[in-house]
Formats: sequence, structure tokens, C-alpha cells
Amino acid sequence: MSPAELERPLPQPITPEAKPYWDGLREQKLMLPKCQDCGHCFFYPRVVCPHCHSRRIGWIQSSGRGRLFSFEISYQPLNKAFKVKPPYVLAMVELEEGPRLLSNLVGIAADPKLIRCDMPVEVVYEKLNDEFTVPLFKPAGAAGAGGGR
Amino acid sequence: MSGTMKELSNSACIVGVDESDEIGILPNKSQLALHLEAITNAVRDAGLKVKDVDGIFTAGQHSPSLLGEALGITTRYVDGTTVGGCSFIMMVGHAVAALHHGLCDVAVVSHGESGRSGVGVTRSRDTSLSGQFEIPYGFAGAPTYFGMITTRHMHEHGTTLEQWAQVAVSTRKWAALNPKARNREPISVADVLGSRPVCYPFNLLNICLVTDAGGAVVLTRADRAKDCAKKPVYVRGAGEATEHVMVTQMRDLTHSEATRMSGEKAFGMAGVDRKDFNHIMLYDAFTSGPPIMLESLGFAKRGEGVHFFEEGRSTPGGSLPINTNGGGLSYTHTGMYGIFPIIESTRQLRGECGARQVPNCNLSLVNGMGGMLSAAGTLVLANQR
Repeated sequence: MSPAELERPLPQPITPEAKPYWDGLREQKLMLPKCQDCGHCFFYPRVVCPHCHSRRIGWIQSSGRGRLFSFEISYQPLNKAFKVKPPYVLAMVELEEGPRLLSNLVGIAADPKLIRCDMPVEVVYEKLNDEFTVPLFKPAGAAGAGGGR
Repeated sequence: MSGTMKELSNSACIVGVDESDEIGILPNKSQLALHLEAITNAVRDAGLKVKDVDGIFTAGQHSPSLLGEALGITTRYVDGTTVGGCSFIMMVGHAVAALHHGLCDVAVVSHGESGRSGVGVTRSRDTSLSGQFEIPYGFAGAPTYFGMITTRHMHEHGTTLEQWAQVAVSTRKWAALNPKARNREPISVADVLGSRPVCYPFNLLNICLVTDAGGAVVLTRADRAKDCAKKPVYVRGAGEATEHVMVTQMRDLTHSEATRMSGEKAFGMAGVDRKDFNHIMLYDAFTSGPPIMLESLGFAKRGEGVHFFEEGRSTPGGSLPINTNGGGLSYTHTGMYGIFPIIESTRQLRGECGARQVPNCNLSLVNGMGGMLSAAGTLVLANQR
């Protein structure tokens, strides 16, 4: 797709320490930084472990499973470059491995009566272009792949 | 208590406060003009001259040295701490320390922000972190982050949309008594719940105003304060802390550790307990903020901060008035609101507040947040030693 057709702003600027994360997503793998000394798994990627301050950071592949830690429903676009039609679900997901990240919940109506904190979710991938794929989440076991609204 | 400036308690005073000439929607005033109006007004309120100022403290896009340059003064001490809207509250503590050590003699904490009209504002891009990990999912603006804290609070503690709405209703009652407040007509819980949905769990009336305004606070050492124009307001306690920036990094989404630490430091320095306060100013960018701050500061058990509002304790005539200027929700909110609660507490302690004056106001708490409860600044202010 050309940038003009993209529904989402491309992630940018990409930092060198996050490159393995974006490389993994291109292959539909959700990669997470993990400290090779204390074993703490964290997100966002950075060059020092926020738990023990080791500089020996490795990467693991996440199961892609977690829980919806919190959510919001946006009824109006707040950024012109984000063209997904409202209402849509803004999600904070806590992954099984521990870290929390922000994403969207898809595959369910954007209705606060249907969505519950702590509901189990799993990753789906939405390819933006040849370079970038982003991780979205759907209710665990729900039908439908990435791109569901 | 270790880790506080206990020996500096009451060593410095707020001697001047004021807003810019106007506050509200000001398409004909630059951000820098808002700063300079506020500084000159606050210095005049103190009975001092701008040339007396030798320490400048400011947060945001303009550096303290720019303000000094614009005023034509050479500053001996500057502080540009920018950790969100509470920065100005923190800077009062920084100024107390600087004044104590003689690093400056007259300190001005200044805020100017053309938050609504964007006049004289440079658009600075956000960090690579937000650009990579938040923006692609539609996150933009404070409501899309603070809502996460709020939804989770409802899940863990059973708080309700009706309870958050009570905060807006209480705050509007105060705004009705403040001629400078932007929105003064009474509102009900139903009005809040029926206002335009913006980003669940927030409707429009759960979210602060977006305005243009400046504000400034002048401080000097207590020995010099008695020569100023008005009754000094003593800085009895000051605290600060920061925890995170990205909301995903907040350890406990319904409790602000930065706020707890900041409050403990301020109460420890002041040697006061929570029950001693008779006036409170809390940074209200969203209706859920003040109740969560009351919980994190130890005024209420978790989930019970809203009781202050729904039981009417916070309202005019209530036992513990909160946000008596009408708050960011109804008075003004430029983006970095923290200077304005300091101004209001000072005016309450001086007895200058007319229809909204809190009777026998002698000990006031100011608590503000930066970002999404990411940073915190707390002040204990008193009208006598």
C-alpha cells in the first residue's frame, strides 16, 4: 500500500535498540527484550535492564497471549494521520511474559458493556507495508484475523 | 524525617502571585507575552520591581534564560525542570532551597502557554518512544492515556462514571463563585454523563479546558518577605518525585507512587498531618485525577477518594474545600496547569477570594501531577509560621 492509503501512522523514528522488535514483527513474531543476567522481561526495548541495570539484553519470542489490562474507546479521531474509523478500542495489554504495551483490541464491538479488564487476549498481526507490521490483539479464541475492527 | 528539607520549613515565602492580564482564548497574545504579563503582574503584587528578580524558574518551551533576556535582567540562578504540569509546583521547592543558600534573593516561577491558540508556539515532536509504540495505535493526547488509569481504577475499585462526574459538579460549583473562571453555569451528574463522548471513560465534561494563560509566583526569604506588599505565605513543606513517562511503565496503574512519595516529603518537611489541612488544590486535568491523588496522598483508602466529592465535603460550605478556583475543569487549563493551584492557595491563605473565600483558611495543600500521574509536586502552604 502507498502511504496515502495507510490507516495508521507508520512507527517512527525507529531506534536501533528496537530493531529486533520490528524485524520480528515482519515475520509475525512478537519479540521482547529479556535481561540475560536477571531474566527480567521488559518493554519498550532499551539498552539497560530496568530491573538489575545489566547491559546484557537478549530477545525472546512472546507467546502472544495476555490479558486486557485496561482499555478506552475513542469516539473521535485525535490524530489526523490515524484513519481507522471510530469508535475503536485503545488497549493496554499485559503479556504473559510480564510487560505491558499499548495496542488496539479488534474482533469485538467497541462497546464498553462488552469489554472487560482482564479478559484474555491474543496477538494478531496487521501488515502496514513491506517494512512494518504492528501487533494488534483480539479476544482469546475469537474468530477473525488482523484488520478486524 | 530524612530526605526532606525540614530545616528549610518556613524559611521562604510566596510574596506575589498573579495571572496574565487575561486568561481564556487569546489569539492575539503570544506565549512569551503571557509569561511576561504574569511576571510583571506578580512582581507588582509583591511590591517589588522586575529588576529585583535574580532567579527564574520555568517549564515548557521557553527557557528561563529567554525569560531573563526578554525582561532585560541577568539572572544568578535558573531552573528549567520540565516534567509536566507539576513542574511549577516542584520549582517552589527548588526556589526555597536556592533562596536558603543565597543562590538568588528573589525567585520567580513563571508559566505562559498558548495552549489553545498556539501563538508563538513551536511544535516539538514527541519522542521516538511514543512514535514507535503509541501513535500507530491511535493514541494522541492526554485523554487516551489517562483513561487507562481510570478504566482500571473502575475495574479494581468499583468506582463509577457517576462518581467521577461528581468531581466535575463539585468543581463547577466553585467556578460559579470565581469571576475569572471560564465555565460558570451549574452542571449536574446527568449533564456530565450526557456530554459528548470523547474517549471512554471520558465524556467532554470529564476533561479539562484547553486555554491560553500565564501565571507567576514570586518568592523570597522569610526575613525579606515582611517588607513586601502583602501578608507572606510560608512554604512550610515541599516534596517531589517522578516515576515514569509512558503509562505502560506505571507500576501500579491505580496508585501513583510519585504522588505518595511527594506527599510524604512535603508533610514530613512541614511537620503536619493530613487532618490539619482546611483547603486543598489538586491538579484536575480529568475528573478521576483528584480522587486518585487523595488516595495516593493517604487522605482516603483506595477507591474512596471519590467520597470527598459525592458527599459534598469538597464543595462550597463543605468541610474540606477542594479546587476552589474552579480547577482545570472549569477555570482554566493551558496544558501545564500547575502554576494556577499555587496562585489560588496563596489567595485563599491571604483571604482575597471574595465569594469563594474558605473561612479560616490557614493551611493549604497543593498537589499536582506531571504527565499521567508520572511526576508529582506537593506544597504545604500556611499564612503563619
